[in-house]
Amino acid sequence: MAEVSLHKLNKKFDTTHVVKDVDLKIRDKEFMVFVGPSGCGKTTTLRMIAGLEAITSGEIRIDDTVVNEIPPMDRDIAMVFQNYALYPHMSVAGNMAFGLKMRKFEKAEIEKRINNAASILGIEGLLQRKPRQLSGGQRQRVALGRAIVRDPKVFLFDEPLSNLDAKLRVQMRVELKKLHERLAVTSVYVTHDQVEAMTLGDRVVVMKDGWVQQVGEPLELYNTPANRFVAGFIGSPAMNFADVTLVENGGSPVAEAPGLRIGLPGELATRARAKTGRKATLGIRPEDIHIATAADAPEHCFDADVEVVEQLGSEILLDMRVGAALMVASVEPTLRVRAHDKLKLALKPGRLHLFDAETEAAI
Amino acid sequence: MIEGALWRRWIFYNIPLILFVFVLLFPFYWMIVTTFRPDGELYRPWNAVNYMPFWTNNPTLEHILYLFEETRFARWMFNTMFIALVSTVISLFCGVLAGYALARLNFPYAGGLGTAIFITYLVPQTLLFIPLAEIIRNFRLGDSPWALILTYPTFLIPFCTWLMMGYFKAIPKELEECARIDGASRWKAMVYIIIPVAVPGILSSGIIAFTLSWNEFIYALVFLSSPEQKTVPVGVTSELIRGDVFFWGPLMAGALLGSIPVAIVYSFFVEHYVSGLTGSVKG
Repeated sequence: MAEVSLHKLNKKFDTTHVVKDVDLKIRDKEFMVFVGPSGCGKTTTLRMIAGLEAITSGEIRIDDTVVNEIPPMDRDIAMVFQNYALYPHMSVAGNMAFGLKMRKFEKAEIEKRINNAASILGIEGLLQRKPRQLSGGQRQRVALGRAIVRDPKVFLFDEPLSNLDAKLRVQMRVELKKLHERLAVTSVYVTHDQVEAMTLGDRVVVMKDGWVQQVGEPLELYNTPANRFVAGFIGSPAMNFADVTLVENGGSPVAEAPGLRIGLPGELATRARAKTGRKATLGIRPEDIHIATAADAPEHCFDADVEVVEQLGSEILLDMRVGAALMVASVEPTLRVRAHDKLKLALKPGRLHLFDAETEAAI
Repeated sequence: MIEGALWRRWIFYNIPLILFVFVLLFPFYWMIVTTFRPDGELYRPWNAVNYMPFWTNNPTLEHILYLFEETRFARWMFNTMFIALVSTVISLFCGVLAGYALARLNFPYAGGLGTAIFITYLVPQTLLFIPLAEIIRNFRLGDSPWALILTYPTFLIPFCTWLMMGYFKAIPKELEECARIDGASRWKAMVYIIIPVAVPGILSSGIIAFTLSWNEFIYALVFLSSPEQKTVPVGVTSELIRGDVFFWGPLMAGALLGSIPVAIVYSFFVEHYVSGLTGSVKG
């Protein structure tokens, strides 16, 4: 049982305010991912939970204990660092035993836990090696093993996969997910990679400039982003944006930009009506754009000049100019299309997003 | 390695290297040859027919025997060893703790303090020995090994502190953070993690501190007076240069024997020493 709650958490380094009023409840056994661009305050938040950074104001609780003043050694947490931070002068077994020795565990118990963790991670054969004799992936496993043997209340991960090559990263991502299912320990994971965030997180916190932008399950962030930043950050390739003006056309609201005129459907229309005459940002994901067919209503179609064709095998990415805006569409791999072609495209009206031009909040 | 034609390799690589090695090693060779050359050859005029400066066909141990029989050389060796060892241990202990504090504890004015310590290292010994002589006299330490053991740290501690500070800064701070999350206090994290990782750095500063005190001249010359208290550098120069007469044979024998312990220490730790100076900590 371990819940972590952050209440009005703030951190200032001299004059820079890096974490601003973070309020969050991480549930028991939950895998919570903090994601955001570098400098958004996610790592600082994690380090405050670990007790490695002092808190400027606010409160952190683990279960019902306020831990603000409790040193890291007494918080019963384990942390996996980006550079693994393996103790270079100790063997793999020594690295894993260190935390238990510090806590005065019996020798037999230490051995049992090390063997157990090693078999979970498949590093039984490496126990006598020194960290410098290990590959990146093996070091990563040892760092995980060192956290597992402690059997802590909370796991903290600080970008643990970012030093691995792309292939290994995907593999370790899957293993981390399995590991969490097996151990079921509350985990807080920091990453700048939105794919990791989407695939690993039970819930995801998106941060920017020290502010929490949105907290929610991965699909919730993907389908109903709270603002333009979240919309652009989650999803790859990123969501397309076009600056539009909201106008009324024969009773129904329309988003209008040079070369683009899109009728707004159902509920979105109702919300947009209140903002008629105002500027807004229209958002549409690349996968929600397709080649127009007879079934598409004319108000959901637009013309595009293809500038670059990126053939990925499983799909084709079209980089195109639509009026003043640059957009990317993901289309069927069977489509025959070349650069400088002119296409008629359509979008799925139900998948449109609209953001206020000033506040950037979703409309 | 220089790429390209043979003549390029000779001009830019081999010849400069040979010259460099020659300049470095010739004084040692000269020292060795002089040590084993009988006096008759040493004082032969340069224009004599059988003048042969770089080699001898009649090697002798007379200078080394002279050193041990007619002077207190063995005693000087012991003095030097004792003083160098104790002052190195004191300086290392203080330097490691101070270096760690300056590198890792974010206390106010840490930067300024670090610079101040460095500046004390820059004060020339030729100036500092005057006030130090006063202090030594007041504490009645003159003409005893403690006069040097307690004054050598005045330049060894700043030196060790700076070397260790740089080394500690190069150790990723995550190592220590991880240890502290793992359940170690700051002190335990330092003792079990940081200091073992810093062993190459500690060895390097220890070796250099040992060499500095082994070779130190001016304090030893000023603070020690009786022949049985002297260190090797002072003893050899004060007892074997009498007036304007240089006893070259014993002088060189003393220099040769005096440099052997340092050479042994260096060769013993050479691997650690190199990695300490290049500051490589591999994770």
